[in-house]
Amino acid sequence: MRKFEITGNKDTRSGFGAGLLEAGQKNPNVVALCADLTGSLKMDAFKDAFPERFFQTGIAEANMIGMAAGMTIGGKIPFTGTFANFSTGRVYDQIRQSVAYSEKNVKICASHAGLTLGEDGATHQILEDVGMMKMLPHMVVINPCDYNQTKAATLAIAEYDGPVYLRFGRPKVPVFTPENQKFEIGKAVMLNEGTDVTIVATGHLVWKSIEAGHILAEKGISVELINIHTIKPLDEEAILASVRKTGAIVTAEEHQLAGGLGESVARCLVRNHPTPMEMVGVNDSFGESGTPEELMTKYGIDTNDVVNAVLQVMKRKG
Amino acid sequence: MKTTSELKEIASQVRRDIVRMVHAVQSGHPGGSLGCTDFFVHLYFNEMTTKAPVFSMNGIGEDLFFLSNGHISPVWYSVLAHSGYFPVSELGTFRRLNTRLQGHPATEEGLPGIRIASGSLGQGLSVAIGAAEAKKLNNDGTTVFTLHGDGELQEGQIWEAAMYAAHNKIDNLIATVDCNGQQIDGSTEDVLSLGSLRAKWEAFGWVVMDMDGHDFEAIASTMKSARAASGKGKPVIVLMKTSMGKGVDFMEGTHHWHGVAPNDQQLADALSQLPETLGDY
Repeated sequence: MRKFEITGNKDTRSGFGAGLLEAGQKNPNVVALCADLTGSLKMDAFKDAFPERFFQTGIAEANMIGMAAGMTIGGKIPFTGTFANFSTGRVYDQIRQSVAYSEKNVKICASHAGLTLGEDGATHQILEDVGMMKMLPHMVVINPCDYNQTKAATLAIAEYDGPVYLRFGRPKVPVFTPENQKFEIGKAVMLNEGTDVTIVATGHLVWKSIEAGHILAEKGISVELINIHTIKPLDEEAILASVRKTGAIVTAEEHQLAGGLGESVARCLVRNHPTPMEMVGVNDSFGESGTPEELMTKYGIDTNDVVNAVLQVMKRKG
Repeated sequence: MKTTSELKEIASQVRRDIVRMVHAVQSGHPGGSLGCTDFFVHLYFNEMTTKAPVFSMNGIGEDLFFLSNGHISPVWYSVLAHSGYFPVSELGTFRRLNTRLQGHPATEEGLPGIRIASGSLGQGLSVAIGAAEAKKLNNDGTTVFTLHGDGELQEGQIWEAAMYAAHNKIDNLIATVDCNGQQIDGSTEDVLSLGSLRAKWEAFGWVVMDMDGHDFEAIASTMKSARAASGKGKPVIVLMKTSMGKGVDFMEGTHHWHGVAPNDQQLADALSQLPETLGDY
């Protein structure tokens, strides 16, 4: 397992904020809307640089999504910002009709996704958002893993014409992907080549899977680690090529098992190349208050859970 | 500009189209469509500045219209066709498999004249405000129009949008409410009373106007006043009194014909009341 140099400890939402500012500098059609969470979403820099292109909607997410859809009609590229819960479940029908079905160029940017927002508890810890968004035709779903990748993803979606759901988080996590990287929507990133098992991870579980890979290497298990930042469209080719080599796969994500990355990978495998598979994710449960680390441990999405899933799937490997 | 008698002729044909479209597939929403026909005819033939029959999605330099209560698609499709956006003959495909004229308006099939899907209620005002904000950013001095059902105002998103528009001085927007007092389960008074819409919208910071939705001269003068009130820091809303089912006596003033199609006999009866003026599709 190769070593990854940690170049910082930052929240992915700050990567979004930096990317949004740069996207705004590059393209005067980029506009931003926020439902009373400007600081939490790290949209202040954009707001300060382009006050005339920043739209404070108040605590009115449905109106924000509808407005964003309308702004595309004048050629604008709207980025909406609120917590992941209020970006999806609260406004599902607005996204479905006014954005996805209408094929509007809206970027729904969602912070505080998953358990790792921590102490606020289950009302805010959405673990179903990827499932809701990936079920919508025309919708692209992206869940980057660190600050640099989130920034790069934000810049990339500004140049993509179509609806996108971009999901990121609150806690500071290791920065280990390169600065100023090229972000290709729908293209998996090979982090480590290996021979015994494939780990496919997204979001905050990518770093956990790197940690797991080192532990597994000490046990003599060679891990091939793939970072899937784009859950839809899924890079099926990269996954299939890897399992044809390793013959076993584990998926890892900060989301319900139902509707998440693992389910998308399973759908691909059963139709193309059935493979022993284990899934790391939250199993049909809401979260609760606690620190991010405590929650990841309690709800089974920590480093050790990835290790154990690999050991389990290795037993099933023919 | 069309004369009032020309507008009446167009409206008669549009009403024929509506009942024929709905009858042909035995589904759709004739009541609200008939009630809003005069408004649509005025809007498309005498009010909005557009590039019809040329359609561009971004609508830059054109007045825009958003139909929030998408179920009255028959009247919109007929008026769009008669405005030249697509062949009138295409009205015969309404609600049929592979049509561009979906049950509720949609963009996916690329029907010219439609800029966003509607049908799930309460979303059109937000969309229109977004389009109006984009026009301001583009220094595009044209106007955004909308139509909403009165029952639709029961949706909470409408009031989120109402608050936003007043706070942010969206004064390039003229919204209209079809006040027919009816919704699917009965009268709005019985289902969920709307109270004083004038008082509500005024309290939300809008300029409010009343209009008889079946008098072309009243429609023209009210819309002229609405335009005059625009550009002064406040959004404008027109409360348009209409009669559901207008133009077909047995459909008038009842919620029964909200989403019910006429049978053969009823169609003949309806058509006998509506002179064919521009030729049936």
